[in-house]
Amino acid sequence: MVQQEERIVGIDLGTTNSLVAYMQDEQPVVIPGEDGSPLVPSVVAIPAARQPVVGNPARKFLIESPERVVYSAKRLMGRGVEDVQEELKLFPFRMASDLAPGEVIRLQIGEEQFTPPEISALVLRQLKRNAERYFGAPVTKAVITVPAYFNDAQRQATKDAGRMAGLEVLRLVNEPTAAALAYGLDRNKEGIVAVYDLGGGTFDISILKLHEGIFEVIATNGDTHLGGDDIDNLLIAIALDDIQGETGMELRQNGAAIQAIRKAVIEAKIALSSQETARISVDLPNMEPYRREITREQFNQLIQPILARTVEPCLTAIKDAGIQPEQIDEVVLVGGSTRIPAVWQLTSDVFQLAARGKKPHRELNPDEVVALGAAVQANILEGGSKATQDMLLLDVTPLSLGIEALGGVVAKIIQRNSTIPASATEHFTTGVDGQTNVAIHVLQGERELAKDCRSLARFDLKGIPPMAAGLPRIEVKFLIDANGILQVKAREQRSGQEAQIEVKPTYGLTDEQVESMILESFDHAEEDFRERQLIEARNEAENLIAHVEKAPTHAAWKQLTDEERRQIIMLADDLRVLNQSDDRHAIRAATEALDKATGRFAELMMDAAVSDALRGQTMESAGERLGEGPSAPHPFAPAEINEK
Amino acid sequence: MCAECGKVQPASAVQDYFAVFGLPRKLAIDTAGLERSFYKLSRKLHPDVYARASAEEQQWSLEQTSLLNDAYRTLKNPVARTEYLLKLEGKPVASEEQAAQDGKPKDSRAPVDMLEEVFELNMQLEEMRMNRKMGEDDPALRGDLEKARQQFEGQLTALDEELKTQWQQWDAAVDAGATDGAEQVKDKMFALLDRRRYIRNLVRDVNDALGA
Repeated sequence: MVQQEERIVGIDLGTTNSLVAYMQDEQPVVIPGEDGSPLVPSVVAIPAARQPVVGNPARKFLIESPERVVYSAKRLMGRGVEDVQEELKLFPFRMASDLAPGEVIRLQIGEEQFTPPEISALVLRQLKRNAERYFGAPVTKAVITVPAYFNDAQRQATKDAGRMAGLEVLRLVNEPTAAALAYGLDRNKEGIVAVYDLGGGTFDISILKLHEGIFEVIATNGDTHLGGDDIDNLLIAIALDDIQGETGMELRQNGAAIQAIRKAVIEAKIALSSQETARISVDLPNMEPYRREITREQFNQLIQPILARTVEPCLTAIKDAGIQPEQIDEVVLVGGSTRIPAVWQLTSDVFQLAARGKKPHRELNPDEVVALGAAVQANILEGGSKATQDMLLLDVTPLSLGIEALGGVVAKIIQRNSTIPASATEHFTTGVDGQTNVAIHVLQGERELAKDCRSLARFDLKGIPPMAAGLPRIEVKFLIDANGILQVKAREQRSGQEAQIEVKPTYGLTDEQVESMILESFDHAEEDFRERQLIEARNEAENLIAHVEKAPTHAAWKQLTDEERRQIIMLADDLRVLNQSDDRHAIRAATEALDKATGRFAELMMDAAVSDALRGQTMESAGERLGEGPSAPHPFAPAEINEK
Repeated sequence: MCAECGKVQPASAVQDYFAVFGLPRKLAIDTAGLERSFYKLSRKLHPDVYARASAEEQQWSLEQTSLLNDAYRTLKNPVARTEYLLKLEGKPVASEEQAAQDGKPKDSRAPVDMLEEVFELNMQLEEMRMNRKMGEDDPALRGDLEKARQQFEGQLTALDEELKTQWQQWDAAVDAGATDGAEQVKDKMFALLDRRRYIRNLVRDVNDALGA
């Protein structure tokens, strides 16, 4: 039997919300969670002495015990403690007290410590479970999206998070590029497209050339610290000042109050996308109400400086692409923050759209489009389908790669906006007789001095054969792979010896650290999955048995032949017995047999009285009403038999 | 690519950027055709196509594709292409892009015929920088510098034309297998690129001083 290849899912691991999607036939669809919602809030609560809680259920802890809830962890990925001082002021959670500068951030939650990739891994694991529940099969391979402007360390941290969650990350795809894939899918688009992606915590602008299914990114730019969060934080700060001015209450240290205010300003922000005025409404700790009207005009003025920060990246990208704004055929808006009407105006101005009788595209749900694009890319990696067979994504590296030269100057070896994979070969030598080590400092960024660029890693080339100074010729090959992550290889050319490289990532976890952080349950993933499958099979069987037990009370029962009734009763007995066993295959088979045997009963019942009011309800809810009288299309829960 | 099994083969160490596209070492390139070849080869070699292949094949695909991308990036840009050819032909020039990015224009010496001009320009640039520091603006000086920039940009255009003439001579020499003439063409191209780089840095300095 040919084993069906495992599905690859597409995941949007967002600052505020995360989603998982896959390609169903020729269309990407988002997989809902247990609560039916397509969005899983990127919120993780670590209650004392309990399993972590992810998504919507984690939110309620924000008011109860905010110090045990982590959100916006994406902002901390691949960063050092010195990078995130500003945002930490507004986060309710704390850093570990023993953090050294340059070390991977650790959060202190009760007695435990968590790195940002571990928090993200918990979100990813939830998405993985949602997909497994949906498919009824294990999911271990994924495409995950990252902001286009993410640097090497942030990308590596995302990949690490996937590994900790038990997912093999087949590709990291840039978010705006993924959005372009989702947009370009159903139309045979040609021309130049700009994707403006303003999410919860990051901003990206990418300019692509679309030609016969090739999506070639020609320039990208952005800011990994700019998004809806900044708007929220600004409004919170204003509200706190306001409250202090009016009541004298200083709430900056009060985590629960800040979270309540946060919720209120976010609601007002969202309302202002569709209304002209909104009210910030929150009850203060002394139970006094705080109410404040805000008009859209005031709001626009307040956020203007934040939105203005997106302009320069756009202009730089246009310049880097070597085009004029009017050459851009279409502009696509992506990310929840592009629901703000002021953003439409701004993009229309920057890309000179109104003057050309055009409008930015907002047809696809800005919260879902990136996940849908990730699903498209996953499908391409699966070998493609009719919808994607000619599609190929050619992305670029957002930042120049350089090495530190004498005097702290950076020598660029791979320029930004180079199509990836991209490589550069450099030669190094020794400065002292008999020297066997050479240290190389790799950086990312556009500035001239090393101290102004982002330190990626220090490589120590070891095992160089001892020779006179300047004689060894060490060839180092730097290669940025299709995920935008750096690989390095070195060789001493005179001796032909492969030099050893010891990599010390500046803001990353070592392989061993990642290994030790793999969520423990992953060790048992297969067993866990079987167990869950067994439980689900038993639940289905019990459901069906319960319905059969009620069947004789129904008029349609009498319309069955004796043989039919005997068959149903016999199969139900079989299933009852089997349901005590651990054999999920047998349980599923017996469930299916009983379901089949009751098929005519279901039809008769339907004929007896089809209630229009109930049409369109789910089978399950219709089935629940069976005892109440004749009703539904098919009263029994469907037996899903999709083993191996 | 292996023609028989259709699988990726290890990148050959000696393959140059022209050979990647099956092109002779000639400089007048049809860039639209180059783009078509680039897309065609990308469809065959890209790591996305090998997501389910063995680790070995994936590594080959990665190396092949990075070579393809590096080759395309170099050949589609006229200056980078010429620099690359000179390097292949044993006459390496400092990369213009590199020089512009690294901010080390002072290494290169002014061409003799420009010495006087550059001396005066540097004085003006210094004055402009001082003015900017003090928050002052001297419209006459600004006008002079803008004029100088315009003049340099004109020179760059002229250089590019001259370079294209040399390309044709080079290509003709390659076709004829004439190595003697080719040596002279290389020297000329070398000098043109050297001058071009120098002038581009001047334009950059003027732009910086003008705050443009």
